[in-house]
Amino acid sequence: MKDKKQPSDVAIWLGIADNTFTRQKTVKFGDASAVNSGRFYSILIVFALGALWVLSSVMGLVEPFFWPTIGGTWDRLYLLVTEGFRNTSLWEHIGISVYRVISGVLYGSLVGIPLGFAMGLSSTARGLFDPIVEFMRPIPPLALIPLIILWFGIDEVAKIFLLFLASLFIMTIAARSGVSSVRISKVHAAYSLGASKLQILRHVILPNALPEIFTGLRTSMGVCWGTVVAAELVAADKGVGSMIMIAKNFLQTDTVVIGIIIIGVIGYAIEMLMRFLERRLIPWKGKG
Amino acid sequence: MTGIIIDTVSMVFTLPGGGEVHALNNVSLDIKEGELVSVLGPSGCGKTTLLNIVAGFLAPTSGEVRLNNHVVKGPGSERGMVFQQGALFEWLTVEQNVAFGPNMAGKPKAETARKVEHLLDTVGLSDFGEKPVYQLSGGMQQRVALARCLANDPDVILMDEPLGALDALTREKMQGLVLKLWKETGKTIILITHSVEEALFLGEKLIVMAPRPGRIEKIYELPFAEQGMTMSPRDVKASVDFVEKREEILSMIWEMEEEIMGQATA
Ligand SMILES: Nc1ncnc2c1ncn2[C@@H]1O[C@H](COP(=O)(O)OP(=O)(O)OP(=O)(O)O)[C@@H](O)[C@H]1O
Ligand SMILES: [Mg+2]
Repeated sequence: MKDKKQPSDVAIWLGIADNTFTRQKTVKFGDASAVNSGRFYSILIVFALGALWVLSSVMGLVEPFFWPTIGGTWDRLYLLVTEGFRNTSLWEHIGISVYRVISGVLYGSLVGIPLGFAMGLSSTARGLFDPIVEFMRPIPPLALIPLIILWFGIDEVAKIFLLFLASLFIMTIAARSGVSSVRISKVHAAYSLGASKLQILRHVILPNALPEIFTGLRTSMGVCWGTVVAAELVAADKGVGSMIMIAKNFLQTDTVVIGIIIIGVIGYAIEMLMRFLERRLIPWKGKG
Repeated sequence: MTGIIIDTVSMVFTLPGGGEVHALNNVSLDIKEGELVSVLGPSGCGKTTLLNIVAGFLAPTSGEVRLNNHVVKGPGSERGMVFQQGALFEWLTVEQNVAFGPNMAGKPKAETARKVEHLLDTVGLSDFGEKPVYQLSGGMQQRVALARCLANDPDVILMDEPLGALDALTREKMQGLVLKLWKETGKTIILITHSVEEALFLGEKLIVMAPRPGRIEKIYELPFAEQGMTMSPRDVKASVDFVEKREEILSMIWEMEEEIMGQATA
């Protein structure tokens, strides 16, 4: 019997050759798990884009007003790290944005989770809050900015309140669906084992809802990160969003680009951190 | 008198779109303390409904269930339940699942730990105490469910197709375990099953139910559970007496199913 040539480990790592798992499959089109990572092409595209940037910088193809040169951007980054932007260090700009997101998500969870639980467990709470939650759900938080500025002005409270609202409804809905997803046989089993209502809430309904609450937290973090940047674009003197906006006013395209990259990197980091925490804290997710 | 008395229980479900389902019609049954009763019947004849009423999860439309002279009004820890599957707490380890009842009752930790260890030993899961339950096979999970129920020391154990999701071999082994536990603990057990063989082998008393409306069709007193304690299960199940009963009951249930199908197609 003639053996098929084994692909090299490098080719497998680069995701352009079938690994031992995908090699066994004869049906590949339509089976998402049989699609190789194609890491080679990821590396290729990143390098190509980088090379393009270097090339255009060296040859002066694009006006720095539209897109900065790579050297200029690097120098600007050095300046931002060492001297900060407009008397505020880069870390403070990043820190304040992150702080706003975390506060918003925290307050949103503190109110939203109990609210969602109440809505899942009591018909009074469900009746009272259902219209509000369902009405607020489709409204993008950004649409609330004008109203919030009218109410709170543009200070810190306004921003955190906006983020609070953004996460509140996500967390409420997540907690409510976590409560209603509990399998009735688990609740019955707990009652038959002599648990009281409070114990069932604490030891059955809560842990059962945790995976969905965590998914809610992840979504909230993402939405709030997007919202905080947008809110800072509208009105703020500190934060990554405001940094971009002010830099634009001074035609500092390089700072704008750096700000955008920072926003992307932090958003990605938050998502990765949440996934890591989820794996560590809720290993039973999806195993019921 | 002690034991369970099911006293002319009827259950009528009203459907959301109007219409009624007579899931149970005047079902009466006395179960003595320490008896092992198996319940058999075609799908939809009200077995689960009956068990849920005894467990206290459902209130009957009329009639009542009494346990040791107290009318059942809701679930209680003196009636333990073993579900078909998926009723373990996946966020807890095997040990924590078994210890759930005692922990909720605030029993001393050391005493509970000893009890859990003993029970896990009985069901053959000593080495798995620290594992999360979702890493166990179906058969192992059902043993955890049994141990969890026993840890609470209920007077009555209610089982709704506890072995239904298991393969034939595991199922046979588990039947032996149920018999052994019943003999050791002397608990009153009501066991619902779809398997005629299982119902015959495990039940001291076998209730055959009929559908539309759900009712008790026939009650058998059986010697096989007794025999199963001294003879090998295979021998019991191969005995002439056993095979005869099995065929008799099978054809009875077969007829009921035919009738249902007939009604459905007519
Ligand atoms: N909550 C409910 N609402 C309406 N009808 C119901 C409800 N629960 C059960 N029924 C009906 O009552 C009848 C008996 O149901 P039950 O679940 O007790 O049957 P069963 O004997 O346990 O069946 P199976 O062997 O398939 O588990 C069925 O016709 C079912 O459709
Ligand atoms: Mg059933």
